[in-house]
Amino acid sequence: MKTVEHQLLIVGGGAAGLRAAIEAQEKIDDVAVISKVRTLRSHSVSAQGGIAASLANIEESEADNWKKHLNDTIEGGVDLVDRDAGEILTRNAGRNVIELEHMGVPFSRTDKGKLDQRPFGGHSMPRALYAADRTGHAIVYALYGENVRHETAFYDEYFVLDLMTGDNSVSGLVAYDIKTGELVVFRAGGIILATGGPSQAYELTSSGKASTGDGLGIALRNGIPLEDMEFIQFHPTGLKARGILITEAARGEGGYLRNDRGERFMKEYEPESVELAPRDRVVRGMQREINEGRGINGENYLHLDLTHLPEEKISQKLPTIRELSMNFAGIDPVERPIPVQPMAHYSMGGIPTDTRGRVQGKEEGVTWNNLYAAGEAACVSVHGANRLGTNSLQEAITFGKRAGRFAAESVRKNHAGDVDRTTVDKYESRLHSLLGGEGSVRCYELRDRLKQTMTGKCGVFRTRHDLEEALRQIHELKEDYSKLTVEDSGKKFNTELKTALELKNMLDYSEVIVEAALARKESRGSHFRTDFPERDDADWLVHSFIYRSSTGKLKRDYRPVSPGT
Amino acid sequence: MEIKFEVSRYNPEKDEGSYYQEFSFSIESDELEELTVLDSLIRLKEEKEGSLTFRHSCGHGSCGSCAMLIDGENRLACKTHLKDMVSGEGSRINISPLPGFPVIKDLVVDLESFFSHDRGVKPYLIGDAGSRAKEELQTPEELERIQEVTQCIMCGACTSSCPTYWDNKKYLGPAAFVRAFRWSEDSRDEGESERMDALDDKRGGVWGCNKIFNCTEACPKDIDTVGAIESLKRKALGF
Repeated sequence: MKTVEHQLLIVGGGAAGLRAAIEAQEKIDDVAVISKVRTLRSHSVSAQGGIAASLANIEESEADNWKKHLNDTIEGGVDLVDRDAGEILTRNAGRNVIELEHMGVPFSRTDKGKLDQRPFGGHSMPRALYAADRTGHAIVYALYGENVRHETAFYDEYFVLDLMTGDNSVSGLVAYDIKTGELVVFRAGGIILATGGPSQAYELTSSGKASTGDGLGIALRNGIPLEDMEFIQFHPTGLKARGILITEAARGEGGYLRNDRGERFMKEYEPESVELAPRDRVVRGMQREINEGRGINGENYLHLDLTHLPEEKISQKLPTIRELSMNFAGIDPVERPIPVQPMAHYSMGGIPTDTRGRVQGKEEGVTWNNLYAAGEAACVSVHGANRLGTNSLQEAITFGKRAGRFAAESVRKNHAGDVDRTTVDKYESRLHSLLGGEGSVRCYELRDRLKQTMTGKCGVFRTRHDLEEALRQIHELKEDYSKLTVEDSGKKFNTELKTALELKNMLDYSEVIVEAALARKESRGSHFRTDFPERDDADWLVHSFIYRSSTGKLKRDYRPVSPGT
Repeated sequence: MEIKFEVSRYNPEKDEGSYYQEFSFSIESDELEELTVLDSLIRLKEEKEGSLTFRHSCGHGSCGSCAMLIDGENRLACKTHLKDMVSGEGSRINISPLPGFPVIKDLVVDLESFFSHDRGVKPYLIGDAGSRAKEELQTPEELERIQEVTQCIMCGACTSSCPTYWDNKKYLGPAAFVRAFRWSEDSRDEGESERMDALDDKRGGVWGCNKIFNCTEACPKDIDTVGAIESLKRKALGF
């Protein structure tokens, strides 16, 4: 058995993982990043519109400060934001962006050479720092460069199967080397999970194929709860049928949403902020238009109209949008409106952490010793029930950095534990049985059925009836998973086996999403129950926690929103 | 409507070398407008041949995973539309792994040396900007000089198309040069001379470029790769 040892392991090489690695490497100089995709392929590179900070760099944002940013974040998150975490996010946002600038991120500039800012939905001032409409790509590439400088170790194309745990602490993990098909044990004094979001459980999503929320599955298998999973953000503007993200910055720069009659229908729903209301509200407006037959040609999409904007503005500030729209829809947004529809985009919930990134256990008040989480995989809760655009990159940076810092401090005290042979044996036999399986069901069929269930029964509008049906279907899918067959029997670079392993994670956390949605009998942020259409602070101003108990049953628990200091 | 896919196959556990396998691919005529080569490969894998292996993730040209040789040109499969590749019933598309890199399996190549060449040009900002409390100013004009080259997605299409690289694996290749240029040309960077050893190296450096423009044609982001290399040559000569 190949065994590797590092002081700190970071699972995931997106914005949060790479930022954590830099911070930790500066302190302990023995950090490894493990990723199932090659570095620079993580989905953070697809973030487009910007990263939020109240830098007050332009005339229109002169009066901005972190308190306004915090208030907007809490309001957008419908009061489910933990105030202490939100304060850390918004107070440090400016400094963290300046650090990114010093790492070489090619941020767009004002005429005077300062970092430029632009408006985004739910932010009361232009607050988004941006690198054209490639902000995520620009940030990830700069973070990667810093990691090259710091000589961080990279293990690319390793799929992490499970943690080796004991008494609320970790001693390492078991991974599967995709290139060779061998299991590898990684021993470490601490681990940060920065494994990204779960949106691949939905049919139409902006997320890449790798966004299968593997860290969420790993957490559930180890008795760790998932927090607020009912809050899945649907983004208003996915390119029709493909789900390719058309950044909110397109509306920030002045774009309109129109229905089949050419009306700016958002004026009806949100007279004040119109297209720049928080995403949950824009999506519900769009979905109502579609449901009431006012989609384009009566179909399930609408128009994002930029034709009134100057061509130069579109080319300068939204070049990727123009290119993607021409390439994938055959439409030049300078001349014709872009066909768009809502799609799954982001998970506000995730692995619960405190503000230092430490994972919270199933008993309230119990914290894991040396296990951390950051980025979309985590729920520190700064997004509450609905995230504001550009706050996710800031969250990944702010809390990735903090997780890196505090994890590095804690691993100095920890030593890598012994190899846990039972975990290795368990996975060895699981891989063996998947490869040699004589089942009859392909993973792709099950995956597609799961996507249909989640999209059809646990989407923008939810009801008890649909959610119960979704739960029944997921239980059926889990049973069918035991009849899985993997056609590719090879050891090396077996991507079908990888999909089968991802699917296990997807089934596990999807069940939690539906359970949480079924339990929350109110409407708040992205979670809208047509059978309980009002928000209900008396009963539901709480975070939901769901974990798998030792009997295998899901258990539910609620904890209060942190009021902060 | 039926299209033939000739796909390069290689299973390291049983094949001596690679060979082409032909797949018939039936699509509705209206699908020709919509499908990409990546969509087609995914469908072939999921419906016909589970062992068919290729990398992909974002599906819209930002992650750089799916570069391959499609009908003789290095392209991203996700951004190559079937309608641009086939003329009609019975048309053929040939799909092979990126040339010049060792093949791991089918269309998956080993990019270790490609990424190590990238590390060799110090792809990060060199300077002392980090000590300042405010952003370092950069005018829109200064930014414009690097705007195009910052778009590189490290897909490997350019370096894989370069005959100098095919013959000489120490040659850093166009991608590494574009990345070196991106940082050295940044008004905030002071690392030009630090990078020059690697760039001016006889075997590995920019002088191996014969300006045949394969790389520029292959770049899915339309980066002027040769322009960047020519500029590095001038810098190496002290202009």
